[in-house]
Formats: sequence, C-alpha cells, structure tokens
Amino acid sequence: MISQSMRHALFLAAGVLAVGGVFAAGADLGNTTKQATNWVAIAMFGIFVAVTLGITKWAAARTKSAADFYTAGGGITGFQNGLAIAGDYMSAASFLGISGLVFANGFDGLIFSIGWLVGWPVITFLMAERLRNLGKFTFADVAAYRFAQIPMRTFAATGSLVVVAFYMIAQMVGAGQLIKVLFGLEYTVAVIIVGALMMCYVLFGGMTATTWVQIIKAIMLLTGATFMALAVLFQFGFNPEALFAKAVEVHAKHGAIMAPGALIKDPVSAISVGMALMFGTAGLPHILMRFFTVPSAKEARKSVGWATTWIGYFYILTFIIGFGAIVMLTQDPAAYYVPKMVDGVQAVGADGKPVWDGLRGGGNMAAIHLSNAVGGNVFLGFISAVAFATILAVVAGLTLSGASAVSHDLYATVFKHGNADSASELRVSKITTVCLGIVAVFLGIAFEKENVAYMVMLAFAIACSANFPVLFMSVLWKDCTTKGAVAGGIVGLVLSVGLTILSASVWEAVLKNPKGSAWFPYSSPALFSMTAAFVVIYLVSKMDNSAQAKLERSLYPAQKVRSETGLGAATASGH
Amino acid sequence: MANDDIVARIEANPKYHELVRKRTSYSIFMSILMIIAYYGYILLIAFNKEWLGTPLAPGMVMTIGIPLGVGVIVFTIAITNVYVRKANSDFDEMTAEVIKEANQK
Repeated sequence: MISQSMRHALFLAAGVLAVGGVFAAGADLGNTTKQATNWVAIAMFGIFVAVTLGITKWAAARTKSAADFYTAGGGITGFQNGLAIAGDYMSAASFLGISGLVFANGFDGLIFSIGWLVGWPVITFLMAERLRNLGKFTFADVAAYRFAQIPMRTFAATGSLVVVAFYMIAQMVGAGQLIKVLFGLEYTVAVIIVGALMMCYVLFGGMTATTWVQIIKAIMLLTGATFMALAVLFQFGFNPEALFAKAVEVHAKHGAIMAPGALIKDPVSAISVGMALMFGTAGLPHILMRFFTVPSAKEARKSVGWATTWIGYFYILTFIIGFGAIVMLTQDPAAYYVPKMVDGVQAVGADGKPVWDGLRGGGNMAAIHLSNAVGGNVFLGFISAVAFATILAVVAGLTLSGASAVSHDLYATVFKHGNADSASELRVSKITTVCLGIVAVFLGIAFEKENVAYMVMLAFAIACSANFPVLFMSVLWKDCTTKGAVAGGIVGLVLSVGLTILSASVWEAVLKNPKGSAWFPYSSPALFSMTAAFVVIYLVSKMDNSAQAKLERSLYPAQKVRSETGLGAATASGH
Repeated sequence: MANDDIVARIEANPKYHELVRKRTSYSIFMSILMIIAYYGYILLIAFNKEWLGTPLAPGMVMTIGIPLGVGVIVFTIAITNVYVRKANSDFDEMTAEVIKEANQK
C-alpha cells in the first residue's frame, strides 16, 4: 500500500524537474536542425554586442589594479549589484527551460521555479554580510580567514574551478545548441563567438564590464519577459482565471495542467534535490564573488534583497509566459508546430483536424515562439538576442570567478605566499582568462553530442557539499580548524561527484549502462554528501589538538567581531 | 596592532553580544520560516496533491495549488526584504554604536 502510494505520490521536487527540464533542453535542442538565418535577431544581437563592447572599452580604462579586475574596485551599488546577481542567475536555461516546462506540464513549472528561488533567503540570512565583512576578492578569502592559507586556498580554488567547469560546459553546450536554433549559425561558430566575446569582456573590462553586461542583460530579459506576460494577460482582460480556462481547454492534458504532475521520484530525492538548490546557491563561486563588488555590508544586503525580488518576479513571469504559449501557439499551429507525418502526409485526427507533433525547434522554444506570436519578427529578434546575451553574461561571470581562483588563490597566495604584487596578479588573471576561454570553447565543442543534462545539478551538488559547508563552518563555528575544513570539504567534493556518477543521470544516460543498474538511486547526492561534509568537518576539527588548531581557535573571536560588525573590512577606499 | 585593542573593547561591550545574539536568533528564526514554507509546499505536493488540485471555488479552473505556489514565491521575496530592512536599520544602528563606543575610549 505504502510503496504503491509512494510510487504514485507525486514527489515533485523542483530539482527532480530541474533534471527533467534541463534534460529536455539538451535533448530537444540537440535534435534540431539548423534554422534559417534570422537577420533581425542577428542585428539586435549586434547592437547588444556593440553597446557592451563600448562599455568594456570604458571599463578597461578603469581596470588598473587587481581590485578593479576582481571587484570593480568595490564601487557597485546594492541596487546595481542586485540586478547583476539576477543577471548571473537567470540563465537561458531557466528562461527557456521553465517556460517550456510550464508549456508542457503547466503546474510543474511553478514547483521548479520555487526550488531555484529558495536559496536566496538562506544566503541573505546566513552569509551575505559575513561574506562582505570578511572577504576581499574570492570566497577563499573568507574560508581561509584564520586558517592555514595554503591548504585552505588550494581546496577552495579547486572547489571553485570544479563548480565553474561543470556549470560552464552546460552553458557552452546550451549556447551552441540554442544559437543554432535561434540564429541559424553553426554550432561551432556559435561556441567560438560566445568564447571570444566573453574573453573580451573579462580580459579588458574585468569585473566592471562583466557587471554591466549582466545589468544590461538582466534589464533586457526582465523587460522582454514583462512585455510578453502583459501581452498575454491583456488578451484575457488581465484575468488569470480566463487564461487558465482557455489553456485547460486547448492543452492536450486538459485539467491535469492545473495540478502537480508526473515527474516522480521519491521523498529522499525530493529532499536531497531541495537541499542542493537551497544551499548550493550559497556555494557558487561566481555568485559569492559578487558580494565583494559592493562597498559595505549594508549594500551587500540590499543586493540580495533586490536580486531575490527580480529573480522571484522573473519566475512568476515565466509561469504566465508558459501558459500564454499554451493558448496562443495553438491558435496558429502551422507556424509553430511540426506536422505529425504518416506516410508522407500530415495525419488527420478523428475530428477531421490535422494532427501536430511537438513545437518547432523543441520544447524549450515555447517562449521564443510566443515572442513572435505577440510581437512579430522584430520582437522575436529581440528575445533571441536576449537569450544569446544571457548566455554570454553567465559565461563571463563564471570565467571571471575561475580566473580569480587561479590568480588570487593559487598564484598569489599558494605559489607566491602572498607576496605577489597587484600588477603580476592582474597579469596572471588575464592569462588565466584567455586559457579558460580557450578551454571553454574546446569543452563546448567536445561535449556537443554528449548528454550534459546532469552538469548543472552536479555543479549545485558540489557547491552545497564542498564549498558551502567549509564556508559555513569556518565563519560560524569557533572550533573549526584547517584540517577539519579541508577534510570535510574533500569528502563533500568526492562524494558529490562520485554519487552523481553512480546515479541514473550519468551511469545510465551517459555511460550507457542498462536501465536500473545505477548504484545510487536518488536524483541528487546532496542529502548524503553535504551531511557527510559537515560531520567530517566536525569530527576532524574536534580531534585536532595541534598547535595550529589552538592558534586557529584563538583567532576566532577577532574574526567574529569583524564578520559581525564589519570592523576592518575591506572597503572601496583603495581608490 | 591597534586593531587588537578595539577588538578587545568590542568583545567586552555587552551591546556587542546583544547585537550578535539578537541578529543570530533573528536569522535562524527567518531561516526556519523559509524552510517550513518551502519543504511544507514540497511535502504537500508529495502527500496531498489532490487537495492542491482542487478548484479554488466550484466552477473555477484555478486550483488551490497555484495561488499557494505563487504565494511561496511572494513569501520568499517578502521575507528576504523584511530581513534586509531590519538588518539595515536596527542592526546597523546597534553595530554603529558598538564601533563608536570602541573607538571612543
């Protein structure tokens, strides 16, 4: 009885859907053929590129020191940073993926977006101001504040680079496939364009340019999505009930789209995925880095307040957009759907009407098609350009955080023992940026035909199992030591990667083992790997009675005073 | 370091400990509220999806789950901004006082 109801109980955690959604993204976009070249979209994107390169040129003149490069000199306001964080977080996958999921399943898309939002209050309540008060350029500054620099920095840089690598591959592959569909460009060309532009922003404009690219992209995305949602609601006299009624009438699943749907796992997966999303956000290096671009803890808090507001608002919009697509795309099926062919002619249903298969370009094209339906070819071009800009901004943010992990944590602290001057540190970050750009393009091309659906979830799992526990315990637990933090972090990292490989999304979908042979039965390792990391940090720290450990514990009160009051915190006064 | 003196003076100030205690318990309280809201919704989907799929009123298409789900999003935005507002006014005032008193002596 129980197991039966368990199996049928719709344990829809956001991330279970996330996997499904991203999975669909990879699969659908991967299967599409190149579309006709869309000149309006290319022109719109050209304008975006011209404007952002102009900003990069302006930013380049202001990027002289390592501090400028990493944190824009700490001179970004809370409101600006909030938009930039939102820009970092609202990826093309969330825009197209969530609206596509709503288009396909209705209600389920809502659960999905809630999952991606709930990490933000956690960051606000527990991390934001402490990060700002203790850190300077990277989250390793915070984690290693009172600890032995070399082991902590090496670990934190590794954690950052691993997260960045998986997140980056998912973005590059998504970019190539998306641009192939939207612009009619070759996959390889698209990946190279993304790599080259991103390198320009980061290399010449550092954090200043990256921040403004993200702000512009966030404004474009929010404006475009608002317009689409309003256009949909306008058709229904701003009465959501009328929109839902029409959607239920025309959707193949009818009333089922108004209730929790079909992507089922089990309660353990639901909780585990929920943890990965909730705490993983607080361990993403490119997000954490954004807290050092503002001048004070007050502005850091304002940043997350704004970021949460914009991201939440955006997710509500995608829900309306998804329902709008259900209603409006069926009004002109020939334009948006692929005809269902039987023996070379379009099949005809029992009611005498022609039968249609899925959307042209795959399930994630719902929002793109809707933009054409409500605003014609020009608006379609605008939304396509926004999608491209979105990928570019996210990739630039990732590259910058990867480059700073290498130059600030590995080069300046580990190899030069903190004796690197600003100029040489800046040079190393620029060299790293070029290397990361090239690596990203190669990985993007290498993984073109691979299934990368698991990679974003893996990035979140590692972030919440390796980076977050180390950060959390080093800041909030007085007895934490270097040995404990590094040991726990490594356990979290290894377990999260290992269990993901042994789960169905890699073991069966990527490594092509028979169905049901996966050793690890849940959708996310977070529940186990994050718990293990905390336990190991606790036990190893408790057992650590070395002189170093005693010194580290004695440094806690001063660290706490700084993290709580901001006394002595790095300011924008370097300028 | 001159900073050590200030740190010692802050540590000796009961106001500092009051600030830390108040802010920490407030953060934990808010985190628990958020966890209840999120996991409450997820568990509701798990164990009572029929109820979530019930129309809001007879004859309506909109189900209970939709305003509730949008409500979780709005709640998330609201709780974050409530915390930010309180921290940026009350807690920052206390912090400024603690630092001022440490620098005076």
